[in-house]
Amino acid sequence: MSYQALRHFADSWGLLFMTLTFIGLAVWTFRPKARPLHEDAANMIFREDDNV
Amino acid sequence: MDELLMRGGGWFLAALIAFVAAASATDTGFAIHMSIMCAAGLLAAFASSRGFNFAKGRFPALTPDVASRYDDDLIRIGAIMTLFWGVVGFLVGLVIALQLAFPVLNLGLEWTTFGRLRPLHTSAVIFAFGGTALITTSFYVVQRTCRARLAFPGLARFVYWGYQLFIVLAATGYVLGITQGKEYAEPEWYVDLWLTVVWVAYLIVFVGTIVKRNEPHIYVANWFYLSFIITVAMLHLVNNISLPVSWTGTASYSAWAGVQDALTQWWYGHNAVGFFLTAGFLAMMYYFVPKQAERPIYSYRLSIIHFWSLIFLYIWAGPHHLHYTALPDWAQTLGMVFSVMLWMPSWGGMINGLMTLNGAWDKIRTDPIIRMFVMSLAFYGMSTFEGPMMSIKAVNSLSHYTDWTIGHVHSGALGWNGMVTFATLYYLVPRLWGRERLYSLRMVNWHFWLASAGIVFYASAMWVSGIMQGLMWREYGADGYLVYSFSETVMAMFPMYLIRAFGGLLFLSGALVMVVNVWMTIAGKIREERPMTETPYDAEADRPIVGTPAAIQPAE
Repeated sequence: MSYQALRHFADSWGLLFMTLTFIGLAVWTFRPKARPLHEDAANMIFREDDNV
Repeated sequence: MDELLMRGGGWFLAALIAFVAAASATDTGFAIHMSIMCAAGLLAAFASSRGFNFAKGRFPALTPDVASRYDDDLIRIGAIMTLFWGVVGFLVGLVIALQLAFPVLNLGLEWTTFGRLRPLHTSAVIFAFGGTALITTSFYVVQRTCRARLAFPGLARFVYWGYQLFIVLAATGYVLGITQGKEYAEPEWYVDLWLTVVWVAYLIVFVGTIVKRNEPHIYVANWFYLSFIITVAMLHLVNNISLPVSWTGTASYSAWAGVQDALTQWWYGHNAVGFFLTAGFLAMMYYFVPKQAERPIYSYRLSIIHFWSLIFLYIWAGPHHLHYTALPDWAQTLGMVFSVMLWMPSWGGMINGLMTLNGAWDKIRTDPIIRMFVMSLAFYGMSTFEGPMMSIKAVNSLSHYTDWTIGHVHSGALGWNGMVTFATLYYLVPRLWGRERLYSLRMVNWHFWLASAGIVFYASAMWVSGIMQGLMWREYGADGYLVYSFSETVMAMFPMYLIRAFGGLLFLSGALVMVVNVWMTIAGKIREERPMTETPYDAEADRPIVGTPAAIQPAE
């Protein structure tokens, strides 16, 4: 692959792929069903205190 | 018996190879380093054969009593070593700060010149102090959040001591003048290879512990630790590809040349900041701040967004170290734009950490450890504001190559990395040694103020000195000549160098107060002292009204 070809791939499809992946990951975090999961995960570090 | 032979014999063989390499070395530095490796191999052979049960012909199995506890032996050693390397690093920092002000302190010896002690300082604080803190806390946090003992305990010990050997090799290398001339990646090819082995083992131990976890969810701190481990492995491998001149000598040539070498170096260098000093320490923040505040992180979702944004943005920011160089203009602009975008996740993360105290702000007044965490987050916010600003080309044309950069690095390193590590150690020490509390909370408070004042002196001196230096460099006279010579700028910076050294002295003193405090805590002593807060109580006033109350006048 020549420098030019790599460069064109990077600022077109490569950029699009990275942007969509990032947006996908960010949106996935905000899915409504995940709220209790996140709540649980955030409090998980305190469970060890009572060693349940 | 086979196991004993494998372990002890294997290490003995490694020591033998190092011995042969030392004997056939083509330069003194290589001979010294191989002798160190030989000694380390012999120590490892001895240490790994200890505890062998000759009657039964095997190593004793884990007793249920031990298996029901977390594997904290290494973490206790790690906490002490972190503090030790911290003091060493800060001390060397103070020495080189004074060398800049008083060149006579170079002592006229090649081993003690500024050029050799500076990388000793940077590596001692970043890789020895910071790296030991990261390995230690990652082993602590991953066990707690996975509710499982460390996977591969033998390998974990190899990771820990192997990393300490790397530090010793790197440190002695700087003093001896062994360097491949890449910032933060000075160690030569054989030390790089050794670190690669250690780092892969680290990844195996960390992932192994996550795989055998008893909690379904992988807590976000572990995401940050894992990204730190994986990215550092990638950066280290790519930036250090080189060909040794001789298999028994220190010198090597990089696989990259010219501007490619520069870009690879700063892709490495900036992501060492991004993933070693940011992602790794954020992992500490995401576990220890909620634990010390006794409240969950403000927003778990925000922590995930913080994570992915750092991953996707940081890796592109490196070219801002090469503004106005031979690097193509588009690459410089790319680096600048991504640096500016990093503002958002950095501040998101800072807000997330600070808002964890929402509803418990009084802890900043009553708990000096929380106060330290808050100060570290504040510095995380300030230096991640300053950094993107300095990456803007117009600002960079003034700030680059000046002391402003040094000031920026230190507000991040002392303020963010230093403070968060101190606070974490204060959290850990009583727990690791089973003490009721720290020897003295008031001494934590002293440490907090000494360190904070030190950073303020340091950073403000470097702002003044850096901006003055930049302005003097670009000052043209009426006929287009440069008004100031380089030596005139150096002379003008002298007072600021003294203030900087004073700031460093304060920071070091704070660390020494911490050493005493930690030492006494481990010794099991508790200092008699006034508590940090006192709710006023007046026994005289605390009584009912007796006798005849004043007559109540009926309404007319």
